[in-house]
Amino acid sequence: MLALPAIPLLALACVPLVGWGLRRAPVMAPWLAALPAALFLLVLTTPDGAMFSLHWIPTLGVELAFRLDGLSRLFALLIAGIGAGVFLYAAAYLEGHPLLHRFLAVLTLFMAAMLGAVLADDLLLLFAFWELTSLASFMLIGFDAHRAEARRAAQQGLMVTVAGGLAMLAGLLLLGDAAGTFRISAILAQGSTLAAHPAAPWIVVLIAIGCFAKSAQWPLHFWLPNAMAAPSPVSAYLHSATMVKLGVYLLARLNPAFEALALWQGLLIGVGTATMLAGAVLALRERDLKRKLAWSTVVALGTLVALIGIEDPLAATAAVVFLLVHALYKASLFLIAGIVDKKAGTRDAMQLRGLGRRMPITAAAALLAGLSMAGAPGFIGAFAKDLLFTVQLGVPRLLPAVALLVNAAMVVVAGVVAARPFMGKPMETGGVAKDPAVALLVAPIVLATLGLVFGMAPHLISAAIIEPAAGAILGRPTGIALGEKQGGTVVMTMSFAALGLGLLMFLGWRRLQPTLAGQTWLDTYGPDAGYGRAMRAVSAVAVALTRRVQGGSLRGYLAANLALVFAGAALVLVARGGLALPLPGPWAGPAQLALAAVILAGALAACRLRALFGQVMAAALVGFGVGILFLTLGAADLAFTQFTVEILAIVLLVAILARLPFHAPDARRAPERRRDALLAAGVGAAGTAILLAVLSVPFDPFITEWMGKAAVPEAKGRNVVNVIIVDFRALDTLGEIAVLLIAALAATVLLRRTGKPG
Amino acid sequence: MIASRADWLLALPVLVPLIACALSAALRGRARAQRLVTGSAAAVMLLAAGALVAEVVRRGVIATQMGDWAAPFGITLVADLFSSAMVAITALIYAVTAVQAHADPGVRAEEGLWHPLLAALVLGVAGAFLAGDLFNLYVWFEVMLIASFGLLVLGGGRAQLDAAVKYAVLNLVATTVFLIAVGLAYGLTGTLNLADMARRMPEVPNQGAAAAVAFLLLAAFGAKAAVFPLFFWLPASYHTAAAPVAAIFAGLLTKVGVYAMIRAVTLVFPAGQDWMAPLLWAVAAGTMVVGALGAAAHWDIRRILSFLIISQIGYMIVGLAIATPLAIAGAVLSIVHHIIVKANLFLVAGAIRRAGGSFSLAQMGGLWRRDPWLGILFAVPALSHAGLPPLSGFWAKFLVVKAGFEAGWYVLAGVALATGILTLYSMLRIWIEAFWKEPPEGAAIVALAGRERWLVLGPVAALALVTLGIGLWAEPFAAFALAAGEQLAGRDAYIAAVLGARP
Repeated sequence: MLALPAIPLLALACVPLVGWGLRRAPVMAPWLAALPAALFLLVLTTPDGAMFSLHWIPTLGVELAFRLDGLSRLFALLIAGIGAGVFLYAAAYLEGHPLLHRFLAVLTLFMAAMLGAVLADDLLLLFAFWELTSLASFMLIGFDAHRAEARRAAQQGLMVTVAGGLAMLAGLLLLGDAAGTFRISAILAQGSTLAAHPAAPWIVVLIAIGCFAKSAQWPLHFWLPNAMAAPSPVSAYLHSATMVKLGVYLLARLNPAFEALALWQGLLIGVGTATMLAGAVLALRERDLKRKLAWSTVVALGTLVALIGIEDPLAATAAVVFLLVHALYKASLFLIAGIVDKKAGTRDAMQLRGLGRRMPITAAAALLAGLSMAGAPGFIGAFAKDLLFTVQLGVPRLLPAVALLVNAAMVVVAGVVAARPFMGKPMETGGVAKDPAVALLVAPIVLATLGLVFGMAPHLISAAIIEPAAGAILGRPTGIALGEKQGGTVVMTMSFAALGLGLLMFLGWRRLQPTLAGQTWLDTYGPDAGYGRAMRAVSAVAVALTRRVQGGSLRGYLAANLALVFAGAALVLVARGGLALPLPGPWAGPAQLALAAVILAGALAACRLRALFGQVMAAALVGFGVGILFLTLGAADLAFTQFTVEILAIVLLVAILARLPFHAPDARRAPERRRDALLAAGVGAAGTAILLAVLSVPFDPFITEWMGKAAVPEAKGRNVVNVIIVDFRALDTLGEIAVLLIAALAATVLLRRTGKPG
Repeated sequence: MIASRADWLLALPVLVPLIACALSAALRGRARAQRLVTGSAAAVMLLAAGALVAEVVRRGVIATQMGDWAAPFGITLVADLFSSAMVAITALIYAVTAVQAHADPGVRAEEGLWHPLLAALVLGVAGAFLAGDLFNLYVWFEVMLIASFGLLVLGGGRAQLDAAVKYAVLNLVATTVFLIAVGLAYGLTGTLNLADMARRMPEVPNQGAAAAVAFLLLAAFGAKAAVFPLFFWLPASYHTAAAPVAAIFAGLLTKVGVYAMIRAVTLVFPAGQDWMAPLLWAVAAGTMVVGALGAAAHWDIRRILSFLIISQIGYMIVGLAIATPLAIAGAVLSIVHHIIVKANLFLVAGAIRRAGGSFSLAQMGGLWRRDPWLGILFAVPALSHAGLPPLSGFWAKFLVVKAGFEAGWYVLAGVALATGILTLYSMLRIWIEAFWKEPPEGAAIVALAGRERWLVLGPVAALALVTLGIGLWAEPFAAFALAAGEQLAGRDAYIAAVLGARP
């Protein structure tokens, strides 16, 4: 079963070849369409139920597993099939573009990632491919990187989908935990038991968020129309036919596991319906051809999500048929919009008129696709509409009314995009418009014609494609054949009502559109503006917080560090009941008490004095006091070390003070000085409290005793301190010697700076 | 006693940079000879570290007693899976930095000092990873601090000096707190050997005092690791250093602090510290979020990357806070991943500076059109850093979040995930501004070409391949991290290796 993993991996392997090869020979670009065509055949010939798995990261339970069933076959065929058309179109659309090779390489990467995502049988493998499609989408939306709106749209699209993806990752992890496996087939084999798992609501909501972001569901739908900044082949391929359906795919994929959950149904139907409504209104309001199509894609995606939420064989069939229909006509219409944009120089639906006479072939293709979209009899779109109404009528409450309105809106979009630009008198600016080269026309014509072919001969796909896919969504065979008449007179009536209402709205669209466009509150309070506000808010919070935390003053940092560390340590000491006093012992003789007073006086003087020189002297008092204290305690080596260091430090500091211009005594104001003194006292108090607590524990001198005993016989040295330094703990000494050398080197670096201007 | 294979393997990672430091200091003014020393030292260390990892994988924790004075009386060097992996990565970063430094004008001007200081830094880092003694660890921290100070001011101007002062002062505070804590810990347990201290600490009668000492140690290490709210020194200094210096700092320095935190918590203070988990929770969340927000607030590539270091440290602390073997494995993998990716990003930043003429995002653009290889070499570590699958950062995040879910730390795991989107936002800004938008008028545009191109992009490509490799061939790394997590969580092997089978 090597053919199955070969499908995505082969495409992936081709990415560098495409980028490298087409840079040298751009004329070969049209031949790249052979790759998706070959993959299409490969998908077609791979048997149902084909499975492949390889241990990838067994420690984490992640497998390189692929599986082909009805649902993934439908998607893979759409990806490869529409891909073939889009690659052909893109090669002609961007002919002569200096970065054509990069464009097609990213498009190949996208195709590979899509195929991988729908064929993956492991949740994490699917997720990896899923994120890869988002990245490819980012690169393609921002292809015209010199345009600011392309850059913004690319960033927005990626931020929204990846944010959703993170929620989804959390959901996938919970799902893997609940099911005990990441294998999708194994999860589905558990039937509806997962729906009863306590984590199921979380899993459902988190995964749904990821799917909703990817499939542009309300209120995360706003990125999709902005993504129309991408070149038209990208809009056709990624943002209508395939990538935006990936969320729908995953929902459909997991539907058998969660269909029993009321939350699942309610979430999908509710969000799907809201998306349909929002998309329909915004589609009516839009003038730009591509953005208008994008809003209608939002409607279609909402419809699909709602259909998956309705647990019924007819709904599953309707979802599959509508998915196929939509991919065919919408890709075709986007490609045509690209042609119109290129030839007529505008995408404004209000201005575009009368192109039909100059572009008859384009007009014919548009008409075919538009009729399929409107659900005209004879087209496969009619079946979809029939099924849709039947299902939607079966759901009480709001859905039938929404369905009527939404379908009417779709008729308007079909009319405005596919018919209106070609009707009437030729517009003035469109003088040069004419039908494009064949390479640009093949894909839209073939895709649009397929809508008619499948409509006339539904048996071509009914048993081979539709039923297996719908069965996979449902979790059991549907037993429904395409072409059987569904619904009764009610559906008929409703269908005609939608068509009639749509026609009326189409005729009045010239007046309807400005009214709707006047509702600026839709923009002001819409989620797109909300995204902008959120981004600005994050930025503002970030700047304010950073300015507050990272203020730039060393004294501030120092105070914060000391305060936090010692307050925290004291808090822990008190909270854990560690406050304790050591037993009174020989440590508190009168000589030591006097020395302590000297040390304390030195410390206070260092705080009080204003001149740097005086502060140094006061600090020296502390140092010498400590040294003498060491002497009284019998630590002669330590005391002499302390004296040496103190003397050196004073000499150096005084030398520096004498030579450098430290005239200003102390710039701190009185409150600052008080705060600093308080801080110093606090740190000292905390340190003392901890030290006293430590001293309350009797010291275990086993190491010092051992060292004293071993020094002479084993280390051959009379002075234990020396033996420790050069033998027992020689590595420390070696390190300290290294520190000396390194300090000398660092000083050299500093000294070499002298004389250099800043 | 005749030194065994394990003894040599433990000593070499310290010995090699020590000799390299001394030799190249003696060879000042003879750049060619110094390069030879650094090159061979990095190569030998890489080989030795590889052998060390292999030995630890084969035999478990290994230890050697310096001067053959039995533990706990002398100084012990110890390597378990975690520390041997850290040593290996240190050697890798040493080699990569040494190569790229050839192309850096700032470093080349002061090459005589660069070589010994670089070796000294590696010495301190490797020593810290292998130290089995608390005071010895302090010594290596000192070596690191003074060497990094020297490197920071290398070839620089006024801004660099100002940064170095802040760096040195704040780090000295941390080091002093560390020293105080060493003394207090010795007072409580009578020992400095970490394994011995691990056995004695639970028997200390005043556990409140033990907790306070633990807090001081964690604070000192945390300041070194640049956790919230002790990270001020890092954003104040990293952006001023020369590119190869920034790369090695970004990769290694903070990670030594994290290493020490993990070692201290898992080995010396594992049980009964009920105050520690909520503290680490807050520190982890604060570090992740504040770091990511700090990155979002800046327009200088190196400042953005500096704050993102902090943010990533948060992920490692998440692992430490949860403290299950899986979570610690996540922390270990995060560290491994982050050292490579962060060093890589700072090296790329240097390349971007060359090709785009600036570190400031506002003052450059158009790099994607001009130099797609540079774009790809930025994209791999940037996306890995943001945790996109299947790169190394994803698996690190995956482990940490999975461990969080399994242990019921849902909110913290959620914060970790949400931080990912902020990280991506910062990376996208770099991409959009430096690579996509057209360069502003008057931007200095230089093509990276010839030998210089190879010296700059070669190490970058090597590290990018490592990231990609860890991502695509994650199994051995995940298995290693899990084994390391188990080893750290069950500390008996470490203690037995150091102290022998004595009770």
